[in-house]
Amino acid sequence: MQNIVLIPIGTMKHDVAGFLSLSLPEILHVPCRVIAEDIGLKPFYSSDRKQYHSTEILRELLPFAAGKEQHILGIMDVDLYIPILTFVFGEAQLSGRCALMSGHRLHQEFYGLPEDDSLYLHRCEKEAVHELGHTLGLKHCDNFECVMRYSNSIADIDIKRNVFCPSCSQVLGIPTLW
Amino acid sequence: MTKGSSNENVRILIVDDEFSVRHSLTAWFEDEGYTVDVASSGKEALAKLAENRWDIFFLDLKMPGMTGLELQKKIKEIQPDGTIIIITAFASVESAVEAMQSGAYDYLSKPFDPDYLALMVRNIIERKKLKEETASLKKTIDGVYTSKEIIGESKGTQKMMEDIRAVADTGSTVLIRGESGTGKELVARAIHANSKRRYAPIVTINCGALPESILESELFGHEKGAFTGAQYARKGKFEMADGGTIFLDEIGNISPKIQMELLRVLEDKKFFRLGGSKELKADFRTIAATNKDLEAAMEKGEFRNDLFYRLNVFVIEIPPLRERRSDIELLAQHFLNVFTSQMNKPIAKISPAAMKLLAGYDWPGNVRELENAIERAVVVCKAKEIKPSDFPFFNARPEEEASPDDSLESLQRKHIRKVLKQTGWNISKAAAVLQIDRVTLYNKISKYNLKKP
Repeated sequence: MQNIVLIPIGTMKHDVAGFLSLSLPEILHVPCRVIAEDIGLKPFYSSDRKQYHSTEILRELLPFAAGKEQHILGIMDVDLYIPILTFVFGEAQLSGRCALMSGHRLHQEFYGLPEDDSLYLHRCEKEAVHELGHTLGLKHCDNFECVMRYSNSIADIDIKRNVFCPSCSQVLGIPTLW
Repeated sequence: MTKGSSNENVRILIVDDEFSVRHSLTAWFEDEGYTVDVASSGKEALAKLAENRWDIFFLDLKMPGMTGLELQKKIKEIQPDGTIIIITAFASVESAVEAMQSGAYDYLSKPFDPDYLALMVRNIIERKKLKEETASLKKTIDGVYTSKEIIGESKGTQKMMEDIRAVADTGSTVLIRGESGTGKELVARAIHANSKRRYAPIVTINCGALPESILESELFGHEKGAFTGAQYARKGKFEMADGGTIFLDEIGNISPKIQMELLRVLEDKKFFRLGGSKELKADFRTIAATNKDLEAAMEKGEFRNDLFYRLNVFVIEIPPLRERRSDIELLAQHFLNVFTSQMNKPIAKISPAAMKLLAGYDWPGNVRELENAIERAVVVCKAKEIKPSDFPFFNARPEEEASPDDSLESLQRKHIRKVLKQTGWNISKAAAVLQIDRVTLYNKISKYNLKKP
């Protein structure tokens, strides 16, 4: 990976992309920039489930990765699903170039709690690093503090750290921040 | 580049006619590091099953051709230990019941909660591991006691082995008789280990070592507040032995009150905890042991006749070591191997002169005394073989020998001094050989004014 391109999709309450453009280079050791693209979400909406089809949106991102050594991360604030699961926090191509994440279920408000902007951005950062880790070929890690630990609930996300464990860092060939 | 994971050994087969389901489940499980393959129909799934074995199957309920439930039955025939999860978009109580009755692990309606799915798969893997561990432990148990632990080629030992084999599987009550130190507990364990109850525990209690009130609470358990200090309810040995065997050692030393209570519980396997009002039941086999002459105790009225006949169903007599001298050499060599390996000492053998001494000695403390003697010799031996000088008790002064004129006290004093010498003044070991409590031993040491050299 030579650089990361962040594409905000739809409306976002917070400047997640701005925050990630500063934090991701420190963790992944590559430059990161934000680009504006007009990607309509309407075709991917399921009125039955009142959610957006994650895999189909991910497919929309593929052309942006073409030909260049860059990894694409789409950032959204809507609820995502894949047909077999009730929801996903994000989705990525394993050893591919594109990933997608949503902050929808990362808000404290989603769980009926007062909003916490700082906690929200920290969760978004973990989810972004996690999905980009998949694009770099990493599977889920057994270390419960590693950012590559599976996260099927918000508690899983809060337990883990925002960086790769030494073992995952070694696989990626980057200096560990553990 | 991917990182290796133990999950790779877990093989999952997803069978669904819908592409999006196969695709998204595969991607999700691959992220977790599992080995995944897919089939779009029952026929294709059976072909994959013929090529490979799979640990977990996700089967769609409604598929053209063969339904998930039909496929489940076929999989169970081919690979009975496979874990099957039925998935469906059209959940109904009837199909769920049918799936579970046919042996499905779970029944999920689409879409799944990812947290539940992850937890379920982890539980399945954990369960599989435990099953494998249990199977391996059962194999270990099966091989433990058949003949390895009981050593000897003498007629007496061979007869005892035959008795053990004959009675082990019958479930009968066994009374083991033999002098102190002959290995009665070992025989009890061998009977248990060769019986149908071997995967359940054998619970041992030394009836002679405990005062009446404690023995009662140990055997039957007690409820909270049953007596001063009973802060918690506690299970008794009979409850703990449920499904297995209870080994009542030194049965000849129990009080008349406990004898009566034991008789009742041995007859109908029902009892009450101390302070309890609920009658409890336990399924256990009884093995009892004694070094006492129970017939003489009955004549004196010290042991109940009815309890004796309840216990005296199948008797195994363990001959004292002096009556099976041909076993001494084998046993000595066995203990030498055990202790040299434990203490990491390069002692290869026992010298012929030392072995002659061992074979000629009477061993009043039986196998336990021989074991202690070899252990002590291994500790003090500095050469490559054990010599007579490594057994200092053979050089005992003549005054140590019992004479017909000795009083009982004098004999006791001599015997205690001898055992203390043999065990290197190790109070616990000496008390075990003498089969008395450590405090009792200490009191006797004071009484007889015995001094550690």
